[in-house]
Amino acid sequence: MTSVAHSDPSPRPRLGRRVSAFFDRHPRIRLAALLALPVAWLLVVYIGSLANLLVASFWQTDPFTSQVVHTFTLDNFKHLWERDVYRHVAWRTIKMAALVTIADAVLAFPIAYYMARVASRRMRGVLIVAVVMPLWASYLVKAYAWRTMLAHSGALNWALGPIGLAGPGYTETGLWLVFTYLWLPFMILPVYAGLERIPSSMLEASSDLGAKALHTFFRVILPLAFPAVVAGSIFTFSLTLGDYIAPGLITSEQFMGTVIYSIRGQALPLAAAYTFVPIAVMVVYLFIARRLGAFENL
Amino acid sequence: MVESATTRILLRLGALATLVFLYAPLAVIALYAFNAQVTQGWPIQDWSTKWFRVAYEDEAVRSALWLSVKAALGATIVAMVLGMLLSLAVSRYRFFGRETVSFLVVLPIALPGIITGLSLQTTFQNVGIAFGLLTIIVGHATFCIVVVYNNALARLRRMSGSFEEASADLGADSWQTFRHVTFPELRTPLLAGALLAFALSFDEVIVTLFTSGAQQTLPIWIFANLQRPRELPVVNVVALFVLLASIVPVYLAQKLSRGAATGVPGGEK
Repeated sequence: MTSVAHSDPSPRPRLGRRVSAFFDRHPRIRLAALLALPVAWLLVVYIGSLANLLVASFWQTDPFTSQVVHTFTLDNFKHLWERDVYRHVAWRTIKMAALVTIADAVLAFPIAYYMARVASRRMRGVLIVAVVMPLWASYLVKAYAWRTMLAHSGALNWALGPIGLAGPGYTETGLWLVFTYLWLPFMILPVYAGLERIPSSMLEASSDLGAKALHTFFRVILPLAFPAVVAGSIFTFSLTLGDYIAPGLITSEQFMGTVIYSIRGQALPLAAAYTFVPIAVMVVYLFIARRLGAFENL
Repeated sequence: MVESATTRILLRLGALATLVFLYAPLAVIALYAFNAQVTQGWPIQDWSTKWFRVAYEDEAVRSALWLSVKAALGATIVAMVLGMLLSLAVSRYRFFGRETVSFLVVLPIALPGIITGLSLQTTFQNVGIAFGLLTIIVGHATFCIVVVYNNALARLRRMSGSFEEASADLGADSWQTFRHVTFPELRTPLLAGALLAFALSFDEVIVTLFTSGAQQTLPIWIFANLQRPRELPVVNVVALFVLLASIVPVYLAQKLSRGAATGVPGGEK
C-alpha cells in the first residue's frame, strides 16, 4: 500500500484516496503489494543467483582458455569425487566447524547464564550491549587483530610467556581459536535468550525435590536450553564452513572456502560443484536443527 | 534464586573472563594504531599519532572510504524498504508460504557468505552487469534485509493489531492508518535496523570481494594491504576507524531500542 501511495505525486487527493479505498476493500491485493518487491528481490536476486551457480556446476571449462563452455557434463562432480584432496579438505573444514561450535557452546554458557539468571536488570542491559558490540565489530579487523596477536612476537606469547605457556601460532589450533573468538557472540545471544525463558519455578521445583545444583543443571537446564544452543550453532557452524579469509590470514592449510575462492578463476564450474558440499551440509544441518526445535529459538 | 553463593561468584568470574576474551583483541588493534614503529612488535615501545595523518592523506584510503559510505547508504535504503514491507506482510497477514518467506529472508546470512558471493558474481557476469557500486549494493542489500526485518517484526508483534482496526473503524483508510498509527510505532525499530544494516554493510568483506570487481571498499583496501608490511601502520589506523564505524552505529541502535535490537535471529527479546 505504501509504494502505491508514494508513487502517486498527483496533486488531486481524490485519486490517492480512491487507490487507498481500493486497497481497503481488497486485503489480498494489499498483501500482494506488500510482498511483491521484497519477495521478487529475494527470489530473483538471491535464489536466482544460487540456481545459476548450481547450473554452472554442470558446465565445462575449456582447458586452454579457461573459458566456461555451456555444455552439460558431470565431470566436475566426478573430479571432486575421485581426487582425495577435495574430500580431505571437506572433512577438515567440517571437523573445524564442529570443534568451533562445541567450544563456543561451552564458552557461551557461563556468561549467558550469568546474564539470564544472576545479573541485575541494569547489569543485564549493559552486558547485552557488551556482547552485541564485538559481534558487529568489523570481522576483517578482528581476524587481523588475531593475526598480529598470534605472531611470534605478538601479544598472546607476551601474555602467556610469564606463566610458561606459548600461543598456538599460525597453526590449525590457532585458527580454531580465532574462529571460536569470531563467532562466540552468535552463540551467547541465543543461549542467553533460551536460558531467560526457563521459568525460575522449574529450578525451584528441582531443588525442592532434592536435586543438587549440578543435577539440576544437567537434567533440567541443559535439556531446556539445548534448542537455543542448536540455534546458535547454526551460525557458528555455517560461518566456519564457508570462511576463506580467516584461514588465509592465519594458516597455510586449505579449507573449503579457500579452495573455492582460489579455483573459481580458472575453473568456475568446478568451484560451483564444490559449493554443493557446504550447501548440502548446511541443508542437512538445518533439517536436524529444525527437528531439535531450534527454529522456535530463531 | 536457586544458585548458591559460590556458583554465583564462579559465574561472575566466567562472565568477566568472557568479556576480557571478547575485548582484548579489539583493544590490541586500537593500541597498534598508535604504534610509531613500522614493525608490529608487542608490547609497543614508541607511541605516535603520525600514522593518522598519513592515512588521512592517502588517496586510495579516501576513495575506498567514499565507496564504502555510498555502498552502505545504498544497501541500507534498499534493505529498509524491503525489510519493512516484508515485516508488515508477515506480521499482519496469514498466507500460504509465510513460513517460507521468513526462512527465505534469513537464508542469505544462514548460508556461508562464499556461496552468496560466488552466486552473485557468476550471475552478474552472465547477465553482463559491470562490477562496481551497483553490484556491491545489490549484494549487501540482500543480506541486510533480514536485519531491518527482524527489528520491525519484533515491534509489530508486540504492537496489537487492534490499534489498526480501531483506526479503520474510525474511518481512516489504509494509507492514513499506516501513516498515523503503524509507521510512528515502526520509526524507532526501523532506525535501529538501518543503523545495524549500515554497520553490517560498511565492514562486509566476504561477499564484497566477489561483487566489487576492481573497486576497493575500505575493508577490501585493508585486505589488499595486509600482505604489505610497509603499509601495516596505515592499515592499523584504518582498521581502528572501521572498528569504530561498525561499533558506534550498533551502540546507538542498542540505545534506541533499549537493548532489543541485536540484529541477530535468536537474540531478539
